[in-house]
Amino acid sequence: MATAHHHAEHPTGLSRWLFTTNHKDIGTLYLVFAFIMAIVGGLMSLVIRSELWKPGLQIVDPLFFNEMTTVHALVMIFGFAMPAFVGLANWQIPMMIGAPDMALPRMNNWSFWILPFAATLLISSLFMPGGGPSGGWTLYPPLSVQGGMGTDFTLLSIHLLGMSSILGSINIIATILNMRAPGMTLMKMPMFAWTWLITAFLLIAAMPVLAGAVTMLITDRHFGTHFFDAAAGGDPVLWQHVFWFFGHPEVYILVLPAFGVFSQVIPTFARKPLFGYDSMVYATASIAFLSFIVWAHHMYTVGMPMAGELFFMYATMLIAVPTGVKVFNWISTMWRGSMTFETPMLWAVGGVFTFTIGGLSGLMCAITPADFQYQDTYFVVAHFHYVIFGATIYGLFAAIYFWLPKWTGHMYNETLGKWHFWLTTIGFNLTFFPQHFLGLAGMPRRIPDYALQFTEFNQWSTVGAFFTIASQLIFFYVAFKTMKGGAKATEKVWDGADGLEWTLPSPPPYHSFAVAPKVK
Amino acid sequence: MSMTLIIKRFPGIVSRLTLGLGFWFAVPAAFADYALNFQRPVTPVAQKILELHNMIIVICLVIFVIVFAFMFYSIIAHRKSRGHKAAQFHENAKLEVVWTIIPFLILVSMAIPSTATLLEMSDTSKSDLTIKITGYQWKWRYDYPDQDVGFFSTLATPRDQIENKTAKDEHYLLEVDKPLVIPTGKKIRFVVTGNDVIHSWWVPQLGIKKDAIPGFVNEFWVRADEAGTFRGQCAELCGKDHGFMPIVVQAVSPEDFSKWIAMEKQQAAAESAGAAKTWSKDELLVKGKKAYAGTCAACHGPEGKGIAGVFPALDGSKVATGPLDEHIKTVLHGRHTGKYSAQMPAFASQLSDVDIAAIITFERNDLGNKTGDVVQPSQVKALRK
Repeated sequence: MATAHHHAEHPTGLSRWLFTTNHKDIGTLYLVFAFIMAIVGGLMSLVIRSELWKPGLQIVDPLFFNEMTTVHALVMIFGFAMPAFVGLANWQIPMMIGAPDMALPRMNNWSFWILPFAATLLISSLFMPGGGPSGGWTLYPPLSVQGGMGTDFTLLSIHLLGMSSILGSINIIATILNMRAPGMTLMKMPMFAWTWLITAFLLIAAMPVLAGAVTMLITDRHFGTHFFDAAAGGDPVLWQHVFWFFGHPEVYILVLPAFGVFSQVIPTFARKPLFGYDSMVYATASIAFLSFIVWAHHMYTVGMPMAGELFFMYATMLIAVPTGVKVFNWISTMWRGSMTFETPMLWAVGGVFTFTIGGLSGLMCAITPADFQYQDTYFVVAHFHYVIFGATIYGLFAAIYFWLPKWTGHMYNETLGKWHFWLTTIGFNLTFFPQHFLGLAGMPRRIPDYALQFTEFNQWSTVGAFFTIASQLIFFYVAFKTMKGGAKATEKVWDGADGLEWTLPSPPPYHSFAVAPKVK
Repeated sequence: MSMTLIIKRFPGIVSRLTLGLGFWFAVPAAFADYALNFQRPVTPVAQKILELHNMIIVICLVIFVIVFAFMFYSIIAHRKSRGHKAAQFHENAKLEVVWTIIPFLILVSMAIPSTATLLEMSDTSKSDLTIKITGYQWKWRYDYPDQDVGFFSTLATPRDQIENKTAKDEHYLLEVDKPLVIPTGKKIRFVVTGNDVIHSWWVPQLGIKKDAIPGFVNEFWVRADEAGTFRGQCAELCGKDHGFMPIVVQAVSPEDFSKWIAMEKQQAAAESAGAAKTWSKDELLVKGKKAYAGTCAACHGPEGKGIAGVFPALDGSKVATGPLDEHIKTVLHGRHTGKYSAQMPAFASQLSDVDIAAIITFERNDLGNKTGDVVQPSQVKALRK
């Protein structure tokens, strides 16, 4: 390891942020980037919901509407959710395992700085002749072969985004496997580290598959290949298989780290150890394994052979088992605890509740014959927003409120934090619960205009969307205020806090655990 | 404890419960515009799906209520503010086994009827009639191979309604010029494919959704148990007018179906007779204006102005004002110079000689163009090879 080097002063200015190899700085960069992208993606969702306020085309034309639905999803998934959790991983994993930094700090810097370029490519696609990609974030050919230059910008952006994720994941695995403090066996490390370890393996397995698919699309578009062109002997459905082989693990990549956050927050505010730690580890690993064998439940209507339809139905239903185990374990952690409901706990418990609603609608979608009615309708849109928002976003806010006092040394405003939680919860449910009914009633997704009977629920949903987005202003205010000042935070911050990060000062030194702590 | 006291003490519980469950129970299902479940099934398959769906929703709801009863009880009772001291238990292997096995068994109980329904849905044998569905950007084509009848089915909602210039009628966006007509009480085998990109044929009341994929032929069966009109939409994003290619199925008695087939054959014969005669400029313009609006305006715009970078304008375009043969060949065989991102499909198989002649005459004498050219169906026919 390093000799007793004194890092010069704590670096400052633009070059600090451009050249930093410090996990805390890089964590901050990821989080700031993520929330900028959240604003961009959120505004796109408002364009979508504005057009869907009432039947008729009022605000945008159908092609631009499709660009909005496509880019909204890409921005939210690849620009917001994933980078935000990598930001949390960067800030927290070294501190939680007693390591001085990530295993590969310079690669860590590069992993982040790829992202602004990727985001620029993606957003600028909207301004290219012909507009941005408009075939859905799932980019199904032959439609995606029809798109113009905007689609190419997006495909290259996806390559960059994938590279960033893969490099970040290598770093996380190397850090967790090699740099835990002495005495911290794998089965003693915090759940957040476990869920990120498993997620990092998912990323390494899945992102290259997406890269492969995207490359085939690029060559079909420009280099004379016909992978997806039936007339030339290719197969449009091949794309779907390859994409969803990535796509399904991807959604577990989105939720598993958030599950790790729930497993940190709930025990803290219940003042009780996490129930069933070993089971939680095995359940997370089971979910990760199963996530690779269920992909074609996104494809029940393409005309697969019966054996395929049945296999994917059974495998998909099976995922409910380990996921249910996790929910039961969280509730058992709460059970007979001594709970208080500060903002992080509200987000964690609310997240478990919201995610479970989405999980149950997901179970409904798993049933192949029933899915024939749900597929490509607003029922699916409701389902995935409930699971992604419920787990990933609620988990993200739980994590930020939980750790912000540690990062900044200041307590955030608890009243405003609670307002943020309740208004978001009301707004989110108002936006997406009616969409279940829209889907059941027969409204397809990805349409800018709809038949008259869908009007009322669409209007509730639009009001909810504006309400939800507006509520996030509270968060930005709270976060900025806390970074600037506020009541001084102690080392432990929370009464029930447990873990190495809570043994460090708030805020922690620029370099923490230069000497490894001993874990019993 | 009074209601107000309860609401004051447990705002979280009340708002959660109201939000989560109120939608289900508080809103009367009698309001059609607040429909909470599937549309009424009219086939045995749709009926089976509805029953399966209802069973699964009930199971999910019961699980949800039980699980969150525990959670909410805990939230209320196991609070520090109530003086509750934290227990320190943190594992129980037996419990883990129990709540692994019980959900697994519940899943098995769901999987059995689901498997049965799926198997029933897949048996297309012993059908009485075969109909072929082809998805186009952005309309459907229906062919009855055994009856030698075929036609396109396009959205009939006027542009003015979509652009909010006139009031929307009852079946806004769910009406077509020529519906698919099927006989009641007969097992119909459908084969589905796509012409250009992936579409999906979906009619909720028939309980049917199947992707229309270029290069593939999918199949499913339908038996309409009652007469009536059933509406659906394309269910796979297929481009800009994905939301504007509805499906209308008219189920009629077998006798009425035969009469309709006979009428269709007559009309087809009249159409091909029309191809041989000489048309006046005015006749062509009237027919061309309608055909243009139904087929070409989707891309080239109602006034022929196109969309910059995506679809070329026809107003003043080289093709629409240049050599006539080039224009005809473009419509017949399609065009992709790379200058525009979209690719113009070949319309030779989609449009008749009469339609193409009328459309081209219209394009060359309207939309800002004044070439004076008149195109006869025979000229189009000659360039088809």
